[in-house]
Amino acid sequence: MKARTVDKIATGIIMAVAGFIILLLAGFLAYIIVRGFGHISYDFLTSPPQTFREGGGIGPQLFNSLFLLVLTMMITIPLGLGAGIYMSEYAKPGRLTDFIRLTVEVLSSFPSIVVGLFGLLVFVNVFGFGFSLFSGALALTVFNLPLMVRITEQGLRSVPREQKEASLALGISKWKTITSVMLPMAVPVILTGTILASGRVFGEAAALLFTAGMSSPRLDFGNWNPLDPTSPLNPFRPAETLAVHIWKINSEGIAPDARDIAAGASAVLVMTVLAFNLIARWLGRLVYRKFTSSR
Amino acid sequence: MARSVEREKRSKHLTEEWVGRVYTLICVGLLVLTIFSMVYFVASKGLSTFFKDGVNPIDLFTGVKWAPEGEPPLFGALPFIVGSFSTSILAALIAAPLGFCAAVFIVELMPKFGRKVLQPVIELLAGIPSVVYGFVGLSVIVPFFRDIFPGQGLGLAAGGVVLSIMILPTITTIATDALAALPAGLKEGSYALGSTRWQTIYRIVLPTTLPALLTGIVLGIARAFGEALAVQMVIGNAPHIPTSLFESASTLTSAITLSMGNTIMGTAHNNALWTLALILLTMTFVFVFIVRWLERRSKV
Amino acid sequence: MKKSLMFVMSIVLVFTLAACGGNNNSGTAGGNNSTNKGAAGTNEGAGTNTGTGNEGTDAGTELSGSYLATGSSALQPLVDQAAQMFMEKNSGVTIQVQGGGSGTGLAQVSEGQANIGNSDVFAEEKLDADKAAELKDHQVAVVAMAAVVNPEITVDNLTKQQLVDIFTGKITNWSEVGGADQKIVIVNRPASSGTRATFEKYALGTKAEDLQGMIQEDSSGTVKKLVGETPGAIGYLALSYLDDTVKTVKYEGVEATEENVANGTYPVWAYEHMYTKGEPDAALQAFLDYMVSDEVQNGVVVELGYIPVSKMQIVRDIDGNVTQK
Repeated sequence: MKARTVDKIATGIIMAVAGFIILLLAGFLAYIIVRGFGHISYDFLTSPPQTFREGGGIGPQLFNSLFLLVLTMMITIPLGLGAGIYMSEYAKPGRLTDFIRLTVEVLSSFPSIVVGLFGLLVFVNVFGFGFSLFSGALALTVFNLPLMVRITEQGLRSVPREQKEASLALGISKWKTITSVMLPMAVPVILTGTILASGRVFGEAAALLFTAGMSSPRLDFGNWNPLDPTSPLNPFRPAETLAVHIWKINSEGIAPDARDIAAGASAVLVMTVLAFNLIARWLGRLVYRKFTSSR
Repeated sequence: MARSVEREKRSKHLTEEWVGRVYTLICVGLLVLTIFSMVYFVASKGLSTFFKDGVNPIDLFTGVKWAPEGEPPLFGALPFIVGSFSTSILAALIAAPLGFCAAVFIVELMPKFGRKVLQPVIELLAGIPSVVYGFVGLSVIVPFFRDIFPGQGLGLAAGGVVLSIMILPTITTIATDALAALPAGLKEGSYALGSTRWQTIYRIVLPTTLPALLTGIVLGIARAFGEALAVQMVIGNAPHIPTSLFESASTLTSAITLSMGNTIMGTAHNNALWTLALILLTMTFVFVFIVRWLERRSKV
Repeated sequence: MKKSLMFVMSIVLVFTLAACGGNNNSGTAGGNNSTNKGAAGTNEGAGTNTGTGNEGTDAGTELSGSYLATGSSALQPLVDQAAQMFMEKNSGVTIQVQGGGSGTGLAQVSEGQANIGNSDVFAEEKLDADKAAELKDHQVAVVAMAAVVNPEITVDNLTKQQLVDIFTGKITNWSEVGGADQKIVIVNRPASSGTRATFEKYALGTKAEDLQGMIQEDSSGTVKKLVGETPGAIGYLALSYLDDTVKTVKYEGVEATEENVANGTYPVWAYEHMYTKGEPDAALQAFLDYMVSDEVQNGVVVELGYIPVSKMQIVRDIDGNVTQK
């Protein structure tokens, strides 16, 4: 009965390790949220940061993070959808397609710091956008694009062949078939993937240090003209996002409550990412159910 | 009449087709262009260390002394290369068994609880920003190591542990997928022959899924290799090859983040940092090729 | 439906790209306006903010323009705060303050990407001589640095020679400088750091070594945290970062205080520079004047832990020659 004993021991070890991982994760999340939660208030979420006095908030940083996310997605989604459609529907198997696939794979595994440096060199210096939200959004696009392409491909592949063939057989053009038959059916997969990708954008810091900059100029939240330098909507202003702010305040903060602010901001960041995940799951399930029951 | 409508429809179709094709092609073109310009720009900057500043590549890859502001400046990047490899491999050594156990737990032992609770939570870890990992590492792991082990707490070990938590999701997700994709017949056959669960896992599941598991590990190492901020906060950043796991060390990424803002574009020091970035870039290619090779093997 | 959606998307994209192209031009025009003279010239760079620029509170002069200051992260809070106050008085002026490091600031002002380059060091120490000659130096504050140790260390004075020996690795135990038998842990800055350059130049008089096992951090916050937590640690910090989590040691018997820096007995300090390329235009000059006005010098400068330039009784040039004012 030696094998039985070994089996029991092994099972025990695996259970123990799984338990350890659960404890570790729970402890990790609890540490961040509990430490920072006490510092979160309406005031903290809306007021601007203070350089050396107590009581600074993260209002502009939170806004910058969200705005940057929107900007990035505005660029990433059309490009990613297009490239994804090409890869799954138009590309003919062969050397070239293999090569493009390799490119996508390489691009997706580039370290974010390298993407940031590339952004510094090309978007900030060569194109002359300077440290701005737009440079940041372009840099984030670079490293989000491969993900979006993969998501689109997956989504389109999940569409049953018959649907596509039926549409083509009706004499509908391929492009029309893709956009009005296949894409709507692929929406659940694409949507879930996009939201998960958004979480990644939200927390990215290394790629933004050298592109979106580390300061937030005076923002006038009453001014919504996107061309005005003090307007929050101006994409050509430098902007510090929440993740970058945490990094900066941890390293250079001289406000007496810098540690608390970092803890509070970390908690906000983690909870936002958590929310993104939950929404993605919930939405995915909801849309899936709707699709499967209505058919 | 009907014919002209037909023709109109046809031409409309053709335009539509054409627009779709061109649009998607442009998107793909941009994608390919991005990667080419990226390689071009980073390489042109990184190689100028050798061509413009006259640094011998052999000195750079084998030199152990990094003193870019010294007289004469020395650019020995070996400590950073060693640091990057040792932290990421250490991270993989910690995360791989954990990830495998978690996957077995999810697929074989308690699928219901595993799929509903453990898997989502582990995937959540992937979304947590790296600055938060660095923050927790500096406030929890570093003091903990400082109290327990000799040294100052900062070092390869702290970096490796922080990275291992960061790459756990990658390894677990891929291992879970691989285990779940295993044909049920294989396992059932093994059980039918009287094997215990562990024997089945050890003799059947592990060998057949090995290439996929390795893929996960390589992807994890690749992620650890490129991670910057979290590592920089906990590793100590001394430009030397450390003699112990608890001694301050540097990685390629930490050297870049530490000095990029303080140096001026075009100077030898700055170019040397770009060379480090170029090494990172090259390693990315290497990792992707290893993954592809492994994937081909797992298909056979 | 979906097709039109795709079209809209691509149009939006094209529009965004086109808009950014156009805007980019005006943006760099704003960035390059160090050659422009007066308010009229800089208005173009400011884009559409002419509407808000009509309420200047200062006596008659209408200042406007959009400026970018980048560079030293140590100087950033000061300039940022002063800029906020300046902009409240002159609503037509927008000054954006960026970090990024002294090197970035000097490079960007030299290439015309920024109007002001904030730096902890003289431009000559980072840039080529001909490039540095084009830049005009405005010294706005003095920052003093002190060696700090872990609070548990009993040593409270270190001579120059002792510091040199510690930072070059000749002394590795606190007992050799009169403390307890404990290993010295050095928390240094990276070789590229301006803070390190200052400390090496004025406290050590020589380059420090990158020793095996030492810790290197670029940021003052991390240095303070590590020195405060690590037994046997020594590092150096600007006076503004000092508090009771770390212990400040005297240098050659002299305490790091404002008076000692001002009268020249404590040598470990540096000017904080704001460089412009050539002569600044009216609005920028007004801002630089404001930086050295009593309001800023006795207000924010002191609050942030810097020493006002006006209080300095001595002047020091780039080679370290000290003259009485």
